[in-house]
Amino acid sequence: MTALVIAEHDNATLGAATLNAVTAATACGGEVHVLVAGHNAADVAQAAAQIDGVTKVLHADGESLAHALAENVATQVLAVAADYSHILFPATANGKNIAPRVAARLDVAQISDITKVEGADTFERPIYAGNAMATVQSGDAVKVITVRGTGFDAAADSGGSASVETIDAVADSGKSRFVGQEIAQSDRPDLTAAKVVVSGGRALGSAEKFQELITPLADKLGAAIGASRAAVDAGYAPNDLQVGQTGKIVAPDLYIAAGISGAIQHLAGMKDSKVIVAINTDEEAPIFGVANYGLVADLFEAIPELIDAL
Amino acid sequence: MKALIAVKRVVDFNVKVRVKSDQTGVDIANVKMSMNPFDEIAVEEAVRLKEAGVVDEIVAVSCGVAKCQETLRTALALGADRGILVETDEELQPLAVAKLLKALVEKEQPGLVIMGKQAIDDDANQVGQMLAALADLPQATFASKVEVAGDKVKVTREVDGGLETLELATPAVITTDLRLNEPRYVTLPNIMKAKKKQMDTFTPADLGVDVAPRLKTLKVAEPPKRGAGVKVPDVATLLDKLRNEAKVL
Repeated sequence: MTALVIAEHDNATLGAATLNAVTAATACGGEVHVLVAGHNAADVAQAAAQIDGVTKVLHADGESLAHALAENVATQVLAVAADYSHILFPATANGKNIAPRVAARLDVAQISDITKVEGADTFERPIYAGNAMATVQSGDAVKVITVRGTGFDAAADSGGSASVETIDAVADSGKSRFVGQEIAQSDRPDLTAAKVVVSGGRALGSAEKFQELITPLADKLGAAIGASRAAVDAGYAPNDLQVGQTGKIVAPDLYIAAGISGAIQHLAGMKDSKVIVAINTDEEAPIFGVANYGLVADLFEAIPELIDAL
Repeated sequence: MKALIAVKRVVDFNVKVRVKSDQTGVDIANVKMSMNPFDEIAVEEAVRLKEAGVVDEIVAVSCGVAKCQETLRTALALGADRGILVETDEELQPLAVAKLLKALVEKEQPGLVIMGKQAIDDDANQVGQMLAALADLPQATFASKVEVAGDKVKVTREVDGGLETLELATPAVITTDLRLNEPRYVTLPNIMKAKKKQMDTFTPADLGVDVAPRLKTLKVAEPPKRGAGVKVPDVATLLDKLRNEAKVL
């Protein structure tokens, strides 16, 4: 029984979500291998070989894999799938994009967003925006899984000494083509891995106010910035900052919700945070139901005061 | 070209579901059911493509119990031209739904298949990708912009860290994210018109698909409860608590 983890990366660095997926893979009970499918991604393969608990890295390098196109990466995974009992992807945008293609082609169910491994064939996963936790058992020969990062500790990124085996990259499917991307460059910690997250909601009222209040507070705390769906829909913050059921799932040590009422869809994305602070003028707001510390106050006064006091 | 859209009947997004005391599932008796919000966005996108003259027919599909007819009628009232219900009382898991849709894709030969990226009940986020793999079609998931030009479709996708644009050869599968569009409201005249639109019903057996579930649900439990904490009177107290009680600063 051997598990294969599909590495998350940008061809230059190994994505942190890979480390949580390795921990989940280890819990499945067998050896753990990692597949790095990319282009000019030798550094990533080397980094993957250092992960504690990984015994082998498969490295496929080719232009067809440069942009993680689902069609090509899925075919790459299928090329080696026969050797594995478990195939795990981090539940990132990439992992969610590719994993179901692999599962369907293997004619097996996919188990999405697992938060616990209860046995080699039994897993816990949230349903209904995390308002219920389902324990499911797979009767399929291969378990194709996406791993929710907040459910598992990160494996150590050093201490391992896996061998790196080069495998042939698959040919391009010819059916899809990468045109371009707009990835925000930021020195901030990654939203899903940050120790502190400051999130703003609709109450901020404008993109300018969001910038003016949330950014300096996040700067002071070395925090990542998040947003509620309402704030993103209103254009106060970019799409990729949305925290919630269908956005990013975060579980930092400290989550500060500023001007967020706390719809169940938002709570689904942050209620596993260690300490939650809510600042809101409406003392009946549902966010106070999950907050360790609630401050009923006007954001526009409380946040500058907080920034000054830090 | 023809567009096929898949719509799922789910517990309304405003309902806070309750776990049954015997832990066999969540209690969905007597709760409000609606179209999965992401699927509503898919319907809207297809209707806009039709209004733009790109799409000439919209076929809406729903798989599940007889009551999914209501969801299909909503899709028809929003602008879909005809409906297909794949009726079964069996529990349908994503792989089974993808197989049913694949059978209908073969039958209908759409140029585009559009559906929500995820259903808000099982939160699986699988069907579109599985359908694309089974039908050997290219996919663009989590779409925030769709532009059709000839036999190609350019799709902007919401990915971690920002946006990515892909160009797919049609036929292709697209799954919708929240920012793709804002669905219109259903109007009364359109509800009346929808009643007259064609709706065909098949069973999984008619389509030659085995829908037996692959995953067995052993139990469904309440998530760990998070108790409400304390209200603090001012910023100074908040900071003091964060520093000295929670020790997170």
